[in-house]
Amino acid sequence: MIEESNLTTKRIREYLEHGNRFDKRNPEEYREIKIEFGVSKKSEGSAKVKIGKTEVWAGVKMEIAEPYPDSKDKGNLMVTAELTPLSHPKFEYGPPKFEAIELGRLVDRGIRESKYIDLKKLCIEEGEKVWQIFVDVYSINDDGNLLDAAFIAAVAALKDAKVPFYDKKEGKIDYDKPSKEKLPLTENEPFNFSIYLIGDKFILDPTQDEENAGDGRLVLAVTPTKPISICSMQKSGEFEISEEKFSEILDTVEKTHKIIFSKIQKLVESSAKK
Amino acid sequence: MGEKNNMAYTKRFDGRKFDETRKITAKVGVVPNADGSAMFAFGDTVAIAAVYGPKQLHPQHMQNPEKGIMRVNYQMMSFSVSERIRPGPSKRSTEISKISEWALASSTLLGEFPNTVVDVHIMIPQADASTRCAGINAASLALAHAGVPMKDFVTSVSIGKMDKQMVVDVIKEEEDYEEGEGATDIAMSFMNRSGKLVHIQLDGKISHKELKEAVELGKKACKKIYEIQKKALKEVQENTGGKN
Repeated sequence: MIEESNLTTKRIREYLEHGNRFDKRNPEEYREIKIEFGVSKKSEGSAKVKIGKTEVWAGVKMEIAEPYPDSKDKGNLMVTAELTPLSHPKFEYGPPKFEAIELGRLVDRGIRESKYIDLKKLCIEEGEKVWQIFVDVYSINDDGNLLDAAFIAAVAALKDAKVPFYDKKEGKIDYDKPSKEKLPLTENEPFNFSIYLIGDKFILDPTQDEENAGDGRLVLAVTPTKPISICSMQKSGEFEISEEKFSEILDTVEKTHKIIFSKIQKLVESSAKK
Repeated sequence: MGEKNNMAYTKRFDGRKFDETRKITAKVGVVPNADGSAMFAFGDTVAIAAVYGPKQLHPQHMQNPEKGIMRVNYQMMSFSVSERIRPGPSKRSTEISKISEWALASSTLLGEFPNTVVDVHIMIPQADASTRCAGINAASLALAHAGVPMKDFVTSVSIGKMDKQMVVDVIKEEEDYEEGEGATDIAMSFMNRSGKLVHIQLDGKISHKELKEAVELGKKACKKIYEIQKKALKEVQENTGGKN
């Protein structure tokens, strides 16, 4: 088992020396992305996202909660990720491991820092009552790059979400009453790039084998200003990176965003019509 | 009392016949990583299941040198119901996992796989009652898809008694029915060939005569559901030769 995966890693690195990947993609090329709305009618909004064979489902639930002491006039956002044993035998039940915690936090920070949700509009009574948004993400099949898939799914679920009916007198939410009120979303729709560093090369949208062959990843969430702005970032893994390489990565991200972001918009539009 | 009789359950909330299930959807091969997988839905109640194994069981002290063991985990997604469910196991999900395991394990032949485990993962993305039945049905399909040796095929259904009226495939509104004698909810699973019960649970109040009727009704319903399951398995065979 170990020998086999070492061999794969060796091959992936050799291929990449010549700019090649097993599935013939360019280093910065994504696999085919599919977006489908509606995992659960009981959620406020939900979406399924596939990148190649990787699949993630996300759902939004909303409740009334107290605001955080440092943001008394803003709604709350919480993103949680579950890396399910259903999606890959390497995942186990039990308290979330670092990988799941980091994934949830990265999606959380990317969405939060982009200011994609106008959280001030989700305040009901300052200091007392605000909307709490839960975005829960589940892995369904892991073939690498769960993070970018989770991010797309979370954003799509937010787009799909309708604010449930809140009866102020009763102080209760009526989840069954149909609602058309969308979430207050801004034009700063974030997109996440997981960049895997492999030797002195880097790739986007890694497969599972490529992830295993990588030295680590650089995660960037960006918003669609022209040129793009970076709203959150994390270097994860024990590896070194030169300033030149770093700047090369930023240029690639800027270039790739132009292509992928409009692609995502089209996919969302066409699945929303269904 | 006279008034209550007027409220007798003469028409189902969703207009179905009393012995009719909701629209059933079954699809085999939904999780490429798994050895077998399937989706099964009774209307708005959806379950997906994935099977991994038989594979070596760790830790070693859990191994059974006589036969392979099965582990089933049932879990509802947080957004599958109106009030968000906190992630992680609950008493309810722990119990349902075990009863599903008992139901499914009795149909499999794991005697030839000592020291191994078959892991069955069931997830409910959307719930409108009868989730354990949908889960067991998805898991049966996934086990067959994985090629786990089976002596029979397990199919599950919920039978309800609304006041005095027996119904097949209970929905949430029926679960909450309070008129007359109220609602009795009976989840049951059968092995199709032998016709034997491998799982039964009941909440409510029912006479022994009615319970016999309910079991008979459940068995009939399972026969019909099994036909749809068989079709889904055939489809995956034809489309992909059984591979993911």
